[in-house]
Amino acid sequence: MIIDYTFLLVGAILVNNFVLVQFLGLCPFMGVSNKLETAMGMSFATTFVLTLASVCSYLVFTYLLQPLGLGYLRTIAFILVIAVVVQFTEMVVRKSSPLLYRLLGVYLPLITTNCAVLGVALLNINKQHSFVESALYGFGAAVGFSLVLVLFSAMRERLAVADVPEPFKGSAIGMITAGLMSLAFMGFAGLV
Amino acid sequence: MEYLVAQPFIAALLALVTLALAFGALLGFASVAFETEGNPIAEQINAIMPQTQCGQCGYPGCRPYAEAIAQGEAINKCPPGGETVIKQLADLLDVEPMPLDAEHGQEKPKSYAYIREDECIGCTKCIQACPVDAIVGAAKHMHTVVISECTGCDLCVEPCPVDCIDLLPFPATLQTWSWELPSPPQNLIASDRERAA
Repeated sequence: MIIDYTFLLVGAILVNNFVLVQFLGLCPFMGVSNKLETAMGMSFATTFVLTLASVCSYLVFTYLLQPLGLGYLRTIAFILVIAVVVQFTEMVVRKSSPLLYRLLGVYLPLITTNCAVLGVALLNINKQHSFVESALYGFGAAVGFSLVLVLFSAMRERLAVADVPEPFKGSAIGMITAGLMSLAFMGFAGLV
Repeated sequence: MEYLVAQPFIAALLALVTLALAFGALLGFASVAFETEGNPIAEQINAIMPQTQCGQCGYPGCRPYAEAIAQGEAINKCPPGGETVIKQLADLLDVEPMPLDAEHGQEKPKSYAYIREDECIGCTKCIQACPVDAIVGAAKHMHTVVISECTGCDLCVEPCPVDCIDLLPFPATLQTWSWELPSPPQNLIASDRERAA
């Protein structure tokens, strides 16, 4: 049981990393990785929302869509769920913890359109995960996203001061770096 | 339930409407229950501001300027804060730091107003000008500045009819003293020196 869960987590974090192996959530990966600090904020926010959203969308699918035979409505229903979870989280955090809101505030609305969040929710259904598995898979995906985002932003901070040839400056060298990271993560294939 | 399964169109409509209504109710409830007063970003910006209330930015004080920044105003209009404040603001708002806008004044070393008391005629004009109430005194009596309250905004210098107010820089203490950067030596390399000569 615990072994299964561990495999699920490691698989979501490293082997089937959402950014570098499944190529989901590339937009925030390139967009918010210029500074290590903002990358951390984005990571925390995404981890929080992804776990919550995968749990909520599992509940909506199992207890509302499936009994009515409406599985084909899952995409639109999940988009609704994610948007609400993000909005609700923002309101609660803003009231209860101004400090956390300062850390996460600006990133929360960005997550609504992060395709990794929708991707995890849909994959949970496709792989027929149970409730606990859904939560773990969502959490693992988020941790994997955070890991890669923080690593990448640390590298980009160094690249910003490095002597990069003129044509490769800016996003171009970022793309090349991301590609190399993706190649490196291929090394985890077959681990689980 | 069986009727709904048999009628997928109605079921789909009902499911989505139910979801939307439930979520709408949840958000509506949350927006009432978790209402916050004021703009937290403006609060944080205001905390960074030097609180001189000098108005050099074109706003009537630090808080109005902080609120304007929260609405998207440029962050480089605060001469008393200078580079330090611009850098902190840039960090907070995640924008690129920019040089101080010269239109609004130059950055000066931190200073305080000093009234030469034997020249003061007690006109109270500086008391009215002071944004932080740091000047004490009464009509036809000598005035003086409470240094711990003074922000060095120089708004009291202009209205004084006898020009008895000076802005003095704070004397360097062990905490504020800093070694001046050495000026770069000219023509350090011998061949450069020869070429220059």
